[in-house]
Amino acid sequence: MWKYILKRLLMMIPVLLGVLLLVFMLNAFSPGDPATQLVGENASAEAIEAMREQLGLNKPVVQRFIDYAAGVVTRLDLGTSYQSRCPVRDEILERFPTTALLAALSMLLAIAIGLPAGIISATKQYSLFDRLGTVVSMIGVSMPNFWQGLMNILVFAVMLSWLPASGFYGPKYWILPVLTVGTSSAATICRMTRSSMLEVVRQDYIRTARAKGQTESNIILRHTLKNALIPIITVIGMQLGGLLCGATLTESIFAISGLGRYMLDAIKARNFPAVQGSVLFLAVVFSVCNLLVDVIYAFVDPRIRSMYVKKGKKSAGADAGQA
Amino acid sequence: MAKITTPAMERLRQAEKKRGAEKPGRSSAAREVLHRMTYNKLAMAGLAIFLLLVLCALFPQVIAPEGYDDQNYARAFTAPCLQFPLGTDSFGRDILSRVIWGARTSLCIGVLSVSFSVLVGGLIGAVAAYYGGKLDNVLMRLMDVLMAVPGFLLCIAITAAFGSGFIVIVWAIAVGSVPSYARIVRAAVLTIKDSEFVEAARSIGASDVRITMKHLLPNCLSPIIVQATMGVAGAILSAAGLSFMGLGVQPPTPEWGYMLNAGKQYIRDAWWIVTFPGITIMAAIFSLNLLGDGLRDALDPKLKK
Repeated sequence: MWKYILKRLLMMIPVLLGVLLLVFMLNAFSPGDPATQLVGENASAEAIEAMREQLGLNKPVVQRFIDYAAGVVTRLDLGTSYQSRCPVRDEILERFPTTALLAALSMLLAIAIGLPAGIISATKQYSLFDRLGTVVSMIGVSMPNFWQGLMNILVFAVMLSWLPASGFYGPKYWILPVLTVGTSSAATICRMTRSSMLEVVRQDYIRTARAKGQTESNIILRHTLKNALIPIITVIGMQLGGLLCGATLTESIFAISGLGRYMLDAIKARNFPAVQGSVLFLAVVFSVCNLLVDVIYAFVDPRIRSMYVKKGKKSAGADAGQA
Repeated sequence: MAKITTPAMERLRQAEKKRGAEKPGRSSAAREVLHRMTYNKLAMAGLAIFLLLVLCALFPQVIAPEGYDDQNYARAFTAPCLQFPLGTDSFGRDILSRVIWGARTSLCIGVLSVSFSVLVGGLIGAVAAYYGGKLDNVLMRLMDVLMAVPGFLLCIAITAAFGSGFIVIVWAIAVGSVPSYARIVRAAVLTIKDSEFVEAARSIGASDVRITMKHLLPNCLSPIIVQATMGVAGAILSAAGLSFMGLGVQPPTPEWGYMLNAGKQYIRDAWWIVTFPGITIMAAIFSLNLLGDGLRDALDPKLKK
């Protein structure tokens, strides 16, 4: 198992280097000169040149990339923000906890609603609850997150004045953003739970369990849910990755100063190191989420676990042949 | 090399020619799928909503009561009434008209970007699976790099670098979804490339291009169709999200996401500006999701519940 995790971590390195190159190239070849923008259009040529030198923009692109990549790899240095002149890494780490908290709370809400709703829908297929649930979750999946956020503000903050519409200072402020992000993820989780459970319910071993006189709750939780979990975990993992990155929209609606908003501000100011750093950071977080999901598979499903163990025992040659 | 002309081969060639002549060779299969879909009420509802949006996109000048940029400050912030069923915005523009004109922008972005990613992704996937080996490895690792950046984040990164605008958005959205099509096509081609009909085609001397185009790709069409339908929905959503953040289509082009962005600051006084464009986005995505679900069931009877 550990060997597998190590292997996956090693496999992440070339992919993340690729992302590094991709993000760097996007910014390096984008039109416009950040130095001119920083000193102003009317500044003298010398002032612009001095700024270019200060930002390191006068070096050739390849040299800049190598410097940047070396900084990232050896010192975890994501460069210096054009605006604040602070290290981008510190600014990201300062804001990430807010984004992570929003994502974690939303995910908890999503699982708390989506999983039970999906299970009930599947066990009572074609019941009123199931029909209603299907329609509601379908609408939930189709509803743009940012629009739902606006509607939540309209109803709960403007019309009813129950909750604050912006900021992220305490539990009262958390409710609307978490509700916005959580319910739409809940819809996705609910749909996946329902379809995955329905697939398992038809299997022969469920009939066998019933025939053996197992209690219904045992059949649902131990036999059906446990076997239906893999696609559900996949979806939860994808949602979590999406939440961390899609928070940009939610954060801009609710004026939450998290990583998403930081990135958006950086884009508008053409603060390239900050954009580059945020995208890279989020790509790492996303990859780690994916890895975690794969590791959780192995813990949940003994079949997958045994596959890894067998794989580990095989010779290196067989492994290479498979890849 | 002399052409082999045994009677059997001749018949085979003629049969193939004949099949080429009656061009819609798969029309019966397509008709069957459509027929199966008519039984699915939800899918038909989705199709109806989607067709309505397509009509709006094609003939907005006929359907919409006004142009998309007819400003009139005298009637700004009119609440929904008989004359303006959905109200007017801060410039006094009719929201209903702008929503109808906006269908053109959104559907164009959706269809263009998905076509691009299907073409490029399909080609990459097919080449990777068909030739295998090192080429497969290199291509799929490239796809892994794109996959490591979540789609919407990649859109943001690309628009951040190249500025906003219609073309940039189309390809920003397209690039992000190339890997998923490449993977689907690769998986599908891998399962059928060793089948007997491919071997048969190769043995009568069909070229690689012909085998890919005529034998491999048509056989993995159904997962692509389903994914593309949902892909259009995703693209519309991404485009609206980008425009909502101010990174998308620029005014005065009517775009649903941008309309929400512009109405956001008046949310306390004019609820209609932020309500109706959102409902339209939702309807568009809802219809495409229903359609995609229906198509999946109709294309693959095994999956039918």
